[in-house]
Amino acid sequence: MEDDKKVDVAAQAAAFLAQDEVHEPMHDKNLWAARMKRDAAAREVPEWETLRQLASQIKEHTLTHLLQYLTEFEKNATSRGAKVYWARDAAEHNQHVWDILREKNISSVIKSKSMLQEECGMTAFLENRGITVTESDLGERIQQLDDQPPSHIVMPAIHKTREDVAQLFARNIGTDPANTDPHYLTEAMRNDARKRFLEAGAGMTGANFAIAETGSFVVCTNEGNADIGASVPPVHIASIGIEKLLPKVKDLGIFIRLLSRSALGTLATQYTSHFSGPRKGGELHIILTDNGRSKRLGMPEFWTSLKCIRCGACMNTCPVYRRSGGLAYGATYSGPIGIILDPTFDESKYSELPYHSSLCGSCTEVCPVKINISDQILQWRKVMAAKKYLPAARRLAFGTAGKIFEHPQLFRSAETMASGALKFTPNFLLYNRVLNPWGRHRELPHFAGQTFREWYLQYKAKNNEHGT
Amino acid sequence: MEHNSRSQVLAAVERQMPTHKIAYPEIPDFPRTAADLLAAFEDRVKDAGGEVFHLADAAAAQALLVSQYADAGIICSATPEITGDRDIHAVKNPHELADVAVGVIRARFGVAENGMVWLTEEDLVVNALGFLSQHLVILLSPQAIVGDMYDAYLRVHLEDTAYGCFMMGPSATADIGAVLVHGAQGARSLRVYLLP
Ligand code: SF4
Repeated sequence: MEDDKKVDVAAQAAAFLAQDEVHEPMHDKNLWAARMKRDAAAREVPEWETLRQLASQIKEHTLTHLLQYLTEFEKNATSRGAKVYWARDAAEHNQHVWDILREKNISSVIKSKSMLQEECGMTAFLENRGITVTESDLGERIQQLDDQPPSHIVMPAIHKTREDVAQLFARNIGTDPANTDPHYLTEAMRNDARKRFLEAGAGMTGANFAIAETGSFVVCTNEGNADIGASVPPVHIASIGIEKLLPKVKDLGIFIRLLSRSALGTLATQYTSHFSGPRKGGELHIILTDNGRSKRLGMPEFWTSLKCIRCGACMNTCPVYRRSGGLAYGATYSGPIGIILDPTFDESKYSELPYHSSLCGSCTEVCPVKINISDQILQWRKVMAAKKYLPAARRLAFGTAGKIFEHPQLFRSAETMASGALKFTPNFLLYNRVLNPWGRHRELPHFAGQTFREWYLQYKAKNNEHGT
Repeated sequence: MEHNSRSQVLAAVERQMPTHKIAYPEIPDFPRTAADLLAAFEDRVKDAGGEVFHLADAAAAQALLVSQYADAGIICSATPEITGDRDIHAVKNPHELADVAVGVIRARFGVAENGMVWLTEEDLVVNALGFLSQHLVILLSPQAIVGDMYDAYLRVHLEDTAYGCFMMGPSATADIGAVLVHGAQGARSLRVYLLP
């Protein structure tokens, strides 16, 4: 059941930081490495900036003509033999899936990564109806076994150490808890997943892109797990958000070049698979799902967030995300993109997310489809302030909280600090590692000139109020 | 209910679409960067975790296959140039491929930019061959290399095939401790046999 309580992202991030001296530095380091690889990959493409511009414009064109592209996609996919369903929201999406499975007496499905299915809470819905749902992406499977949502849209278990995974697998699939070798652990899961692929009555996927011109959709994975799910069980069900449309096949030349370079700094994913109607001897069901997207399309300040291709680059670069862990956001989407998407699902629940940012603008700089992410974060703050979602003291505190998360060592010592001599000056600079690679002499935004102690006392007072 | 959902989603989209329409952009013809397509392709296949071999003819390819996979187990070939142990055309159900050690498939073309090969349903005969096989051998004509993804998408013809995959090396993951491991779910290894 959905919990409507306001997400206290700062407190949850603090807990991630405070747990030990291992998780947060590892998380930070691994994501920063992905960011640096992304920079190197982008530099190798002379037309990189032009590609970003083109991708942005193609997406804006598609979204401002979405009606025609959706009907074109539907027509072409149907004529290829796919069955197309429409879902206004998560409930309708899940019902379609359930209806398809029930009609065919399917009791177990194997799924690859789909943020939309995550959004819809599909797995829990199906499990409540007796369906066995197995995640096939390794990271997603790790999260499923640990009963946690993915913490990153591309690297779902990036907040876990290999020791965490070794413990988890030892409990669940009988591996040696002392063996933390990723090769050993991956092999163990490969063998465990293999039988589930063979038992499954349906394979479920999402889609990275849907092509109006041919009624095709594209799924990108590194493991090949989506392809096994689509090629082995007789039924393939694909959940596709209505914003995934692209007009033409040739557009993929631009988007495939951008996607994995932005995500992990690799030239492409190992598998870029194109589904145009059912495979020989199989069935293909496509669920075109709105779930808040049309509403977002009508928000003048926020509709361009629909351009997002879910690469995760904004998360990898975000100094606040890297130190918070994705689970702190308490939402399907975390990091900068989460901050601007989540409130469109529930303004009150996610009203504090827009304050969980330093507004440094790095996300906007790396976004392959040029979404003005940091501007939208600021805009969301204005929405939240206008709607008085936050008490004044808390609003002030968070401007500073963002700064503290860039300096975890300060935060960690907070418990023992006798008095707050630390002054956070308005233009308090981010440390070099973060600032330099952006190579822009941009004026950093101003923050409330509040001392750490003031912030800390407010933070403590708030927590005491809630009896924790 | 179904028709109702369709019209409601489409009506909502129509109502909410921004009134200021953005034009589809002019896509420039980007300069091709790789001078020697084959050499670039080979390098990229290796970067992606694959290997490349040059073969003079089908007999040489068959001999190499036998030597490389002497004890591997069942070999299933989807191309008439190579003979395996199992007839792919007799396969009725993808599950019959669960015990295949080596799948052999001829790719339509390769991409110099990233080392991808393009495989369609027609090339795989049974799609699962590309994903249940423990190891893959991909035959590719050394002449069939395009420069980049722009050229690649001019050659895919999605209207002619229900399934097509750009495969770039073997299966990979870095989901545990950000350490790269090959053979997560799909093929553990991928070898390209360059064969005219
Ligand atoms: S907002 Fe941009 S950078 Fe972030 S996930 Fe989406 S496409 Fe990638």
